[in-house]
Amino acid sequence: MATVKPKPAAKTERSTWLLTAPALVLLTVAATGPLFIMLIYSFLEPGQYGNVVWKFSTKAWFNVILQRDIFDGTLTWADAHLTILWRSVKLAMTTTVFAVLVGFPTAWFIATRTPRMRLFMLFLITIPFWTNLLIRTFAINQIIRNEGVLNSFLLWIGVIDAPIQIIYSDFAVFLGMTYVYLPLMVLPLYAAIDRFDMRLLEAAYDLYANRWQALRRVVLPIVKPGLIAGSILVFIPALGAYVTPRILGGGRNMMIGNFIDLQFGQGRNWPLGAALSVILLIFVTSMLILYVRFVNRSTDNG
Amino acid sequence: MADRAFQVARLPGFNTIAIMVFVMLYLPIGLLVLFSFNAGPSVAIWEGFSLQWYPKAWGNEQVRDATIRSLIIASSAALISTTLATMAALGTTRRKRSPGQTMIYVMINQPLMVPEIVTAVALLIFFASIKVATGYQGLGYLIAAHSAFCIPFAYLPIRARLEGMDLTLETAAADLYATPWQTFRHVTLPLLMPGIIAGMMLAFITSLDDVVISLFVKSAGQETLPTYMLGQIRRNITVEVNAISTLLLGLTVIMLTVFFLLTRKQD
Amino acid sequence: MKRLLSTAALLLASTSFAFAEGELQLFNWGDYTNPELLKKFEDETGIKVTLTDYDSNDTALAKVEAGGGGYDLVVPSANYVQIYVTKGLIQELDLSRLPNHANIAPEWMEVPWDPGRHYTVPWQWGSVGMAVNSDAFSGDINTSAIFLDPPEELVGKVNVHPEMNDVLSLALMYVGGEACTEDTEMLKKARDKLLEAKPKWQSMDYGMTTKLATNDVMASSYWNGAVFRARLQNDKVQFGYPKEGFPLWMDSVALLSDATNVDEAYQFLNFIMEPENAALISAFARYANGISGSDPFMPEDMSDAPEILIPQEFKAAGKFLPTCSAKAQEYYTAIWTELLK
Repeated sequence: MATVKPKPAAKTERSTWLLTAPALVLLTVAATGPLFIMLIYSFLEPGQYGNVVWKFSTKAWFNVILQRDIFDGTLTWADAHLTILWRSVKLAMTTTVFAVLVGFPTAWFIATRTPRMRLFMLFLITIPFWTNLLIRTFAINQIIRNEGVLNSFLLWIGVIDAPIQIIYSDFAVFLGMTYVYLPLMVLPLYAAIDRFDMRLLEAAYDLYANRWQALRRVVLPIVKPGLIAGSILVFIPALGAYVTPRILGGGRNMMIGNFIDLQFGQGRNWPLGAALSVILLIFVTSMLILYVRFVNRSTDNG
Repeated sequence: MADRAFQVARLPGFNTIAIMVFVMLYLPIGLLVLFSFNAGPSVAIWEGFSLQWYPKAWGNEQVRDATIRSLIIASSAALISTTLATMAALGTTRRKRSPGQTMIYVMINQPLMVPEIVTAVALLIFFASIKVATGYQGLGYLIAAHSAFCIPFAYLPIRARLEGMDLTLETAAADLYATPWQTFRHVTLPLLMPGIIAGMMLAFITSLDDVVISLFVKSAGQETLPTYMLGQIRRNITVEVNAISTLLLGLTVIMLTVFFLLTRKQD
Repeated sequence: MKRLLSTAALLLASTSFAFAEGELQLFNWGDYTNPELLKKFEDETGIKVTLTDYDSNDTALAKVEAGGGGYDLVVPSANYVQIYVTKGLIQELDLSRLPNHANIAPEWMEVPWDPGRHYTVPWQWGSVGMAVNSDAFSGDINTSAIFLDPPEELVGKVNVHPEMNDVLSLALMYVGGEACTEDTEMLKKARDKLLEAKPKWQSMDYGMTTKLATNDVMASSYWNGAVFRARLQNDKVQFGYPKEGFPLWMDSVALLSDATNVDEAYQFLNFIMEPENAALISAFARYANGISGSDPFMPEDMSDAPEILIPQEFKAAGKFLPTCSAKAQEYYTAIWTELLK
């Protein structure tokens, strides 16, 4: 692959800032900047009916890590927070893996059509997402519920004698989550695969590489940026998801998303909600940096 | 050539998986469309064919306005975020890794990293103070907020496209005394197009689906389709919603058809 | 009285000359306002009502408190009215401008959250009870045991709606306590009961109108009007009023302190206290209103619906949820977190 022509470092640095400035300004005004309000709020006291009281307090941060039992007053680790976070991380990871497994072949399939077909199929992938998340999830529910389309069909063709319980299982949640987040994986993968020169693959075969070797040595390095982008776009939003797990999984356990929601809503503890989200932000940021470094390093060496 | 590439590019099982994915994607959507023609009030119990929900949905002014508003916001947000993200991707890709680069990378992806409710409450407080101070309550706030959180969705696919893109053509253009703008316009941009299209599509559907941030940022009379539908989470999902969704799907199909007829002429 | 009459005359005059273009910003729960009601109001007064939705009391409160939203009227639940009053977010009503104020049913006039109705006007009220499919269980359904001690037939088939205040209040009343209590003995009992019952639940989700109608869920704690809608699609669905105690709720319309369309707001408030118009409100969301004389205008299927009319024997068990103290709220959240972690 071609390498960047050496340019004077200062000039590159300046053009970087010039080109990214508009995006950074908008983000500062309408996303990242206001979050500093949350950082401040995490050091205040909760108001009686939501909101905050302007009095300095580290109680929220204390409560993130430790909890005082409401009945006997003993101090224990706030393990509920960890349990909930871990549940969400597990879900997000599984969703990402599922999404890669079905998303990669789909993106590959699309990228190897004629240019007009490619665009058509890209639209085909995104059109279902013109309908609202809630409505989409509910439609999945209609399919997999006990008296739903799938069970009725299986009963009708005689594969099963009694409806199989899919709804309210982990499988239902993974299925639904993969469905919901699939375009976030397919589109970046497509963008990366599409520029792949198929002659490289041909050359690999000519050199008697088997499919697996060809995939690993030739294809993977080139789709890597798409894979990174897709994984980030699926993993992080999936971490905060809770509507889909509730409708398809039954919602008997909280996700980190609705736990933080609770603090800003009926729980009326904005500072705790703020502190929890600052922690989450740090956690996800460090994971992101580690992940990108890891992927870069492992393929640089490979 | 195209045929050969197609042959070589075939990987075992991939076509099957891809076709199954398309079927799976459209199965729930098909059901949703089917039930929009339900004579009864349920999205699950079929009571015969009827078109009654369409005039009902369209006759509901709140629904109609919300649909149009959502489309305006999503298109504006997709355009703005994709433009900014393209610039940012050009500014951050194919350069030496540096702490500054990492920082920018993290900042651009930041909207992904906190649950929506947190950004929503922060924006509520920040924008409300501006609303009170300036008296301006227009759609600008929603468009700004949507454009901001759509940036990573547009940025990542474009970056994935740009990363490791073959530079020989650009260098050649520069050697032929093309100005940087000419090089960008005639060489880089066309090469980048699939990434830009992918990014813009993602930004569009992300904006179109947003609930929580819209709920907290909107002023009086700024209902969007998802915030309208939110009421039905607790109460009851009505067939009216299926009818709106079907209308939206119909709209995309029409747009697609027009697009195809137009491009065919060009061929 | 004279003043009242003259105001009425004035209002009448203003309604007949319905050309005075005006607008009104109503901030209400989603899927809760009959479009026909707004249309009728517009036809009569020429005032265009714009409706904006919210999904919870907390969202509405946070938004109103932040300010700058441009809303005129809001519809908080009973246990939030005093919060709005304390924070100065809603203004006291000039009752002389509301001739129909007299139409408020006596039992909805002297309410604890707004004695004499100086701040709010009734919108709709209802209860939280047990929906049970009679095919699955034919025993006594007028008890919270349906979800707290599920009978054999319902184990693994019960849904609990994920509303912290409703669920904890039901559990507290079931073990003999009161909603919003700070009595740790009672709280402990309620918590243990909930933790013990949880493995027997199928799910904790909304959307039960559909799921009850399609037999996907055989029992659930839920709102009466939604269960009523389910019963219209599936006559096996019945509604039980827990005799141990069940929450009542009422949403009332209040005029915001920073409202800009005050005159229009008064006209609207007066308009919705007209029995015929109150019945229009009920016809849409399927809950009772608080206006006397609206019964003759109600949809036929509602006038004798057991979900809407609380039987005499259970009336005393229905309790309005008070505004919990900060301490009680902290207990609630801690128990809820333990239950759902």
